[in-house]
Amino acid sequence: MDINLTLIGQTIAMIVFVWFCMKFIWPPLLAAIEERQETIAHGLAAAERGEQALEEANAQAEEIVSDARKQATGILDEAHARANVIVAEGKADGVKERNRQLGAAMAEIEQETNRAREELRRQVSAIAIASAEKILQREIDDKQHEDILGKLAQQL
Amino acid sequence: MASEGGHGAKTSGEYIQHHLQNLQVCKDTSGEWVWNQCAGNPIAINVDSMFWSILLGLVFVVLFHGVAKKTSADKPSRFQAFVEIIVDFVDSSVKDTFQGKSRLIAPLGLTIFVWVFLMNLMDLVPVDWIPLAAEAAGIPYMKVVPTTDVNVTFGMSIAVFFLILIYTIKYKGVTGLIGELTLHPIAPPLKGPGIIAAPFIIAFNFILESVALLAKPVSLSLRLFGNMFAGELIFILIALLGLWQLPLHFGWAVFHVLIVTLQAFIFMMLTIVYLSLASESH
Repeated sequence: MDINLTLIGQTIAMIVFVWFCMKFIWPPLLAAIEERQETIAHGLAAAERGEQALEEANAQAEEIVSDARKQATGILDEAHARANVIVAEGKADGVKERNRQLGAAMAEIEQETNRAREELRRQVSAIAIASAEKILQREIDDKQHEDILGKLAQQL
Repeated sequence: MASEGGHGAKTSGEYIQHHLQNLQVCKDTSGEWVWNQCAGNPIAINVDSMFWSILLGLVFVVLFHGVAKKTSADKPSRFQAFVEIIVDFVDSSVKDTFQGKSRLIAPLGLTIFVWVFLMNLMDLVPVDWIPLAAEAAGIPYMKVVPTTDVNVTFGMSIAVFFLILIYTIKYKGVTGLIGELTLHPIAPPLKGPGIIAAPFIIAFNFILESVALLAKPVSLSLRLFGNMFAGELIFILIALLGLWQLPLHFGWAVFHVLIVTLQAFIFMMLTIVYLSLASESH
């Protein structure tokens, strides 16, 4: 319990240990702790940046998709309109073509009818002449009654 | 234990006396170095206190330096993580209290905390183990808890005391130190007729302030010494109880773990507080 030289010995020991701790223990340990803290802070910041970038990319992607959808709708509408136009045009063309062919056929039919009528008329008149010739062979001279026969043939 | 013990018949008083006796070497009146006849002799060294204190200091230094040498920021070992928890704890305590910048205070706090903790921890070694082993090896006395030796605690608090003086002078100059000792708490009148009273006020201040200054290391060391000495004494008394010591020892040891840690923390914290008071102006 007496105060003695141990006191000075302990003071010296303490100074030595504190000096050693200050020189060789504290700085590397604190440096390691601080380095790790910095690494963690960097990591967290990077993660946050990544998250933000992801959010931005998502927004951008959404925008692109909605743009594309809008564009697609536009294209579809246009295509529908065009199809309608083409169908209408086709219908009009068809009607025109039908009318044209119908007209052509009618004209041909008329022509054929006229020709047939002409032919018939000629044949009938020929028959009439032939039959009249046979009836009148003896009493009618061809040359004398030619104008009458012509008139007859024309009336037929 | 010793009352029924195997090393001679001893009364309880002798047993306690034996446990509280340091192993000493001293220079007697004839100039010879002698062992264990040193009562009242100031030229003496408590060999056991010094041995255990330096040994535990070396344990601290070797363990922590071993970690510090191969620190790794990426892959800390378990022990490094443990050491870092202590370092970080001390560092944040220092940062909370000490506003200035100092390369010394944090390592000082770490050394004090771990070293005092280890010295206090020797209290948890059953009180007879090491003394009996030493006696078997021919060493008559062995007190294993250095902080139950008032020389050890005073030795540390005196180092802190000089640091307080050094910090005061470093931050405020010698005039600052003198001013702190003489101009508080009553400011002496420096002009007018009241100047006659100034020397008396200064003398009064000086007495008050020097007592306050000296009380810092004294309270610092006596607090630690008193707590550990009382704890050790109770362990010794419990050891006298025979079989009943088992539950009692356990209970007191559990409680003492708290005291061991708390006293180490208080010693560190007060050191930081005193040094921060010394370095800031009020």
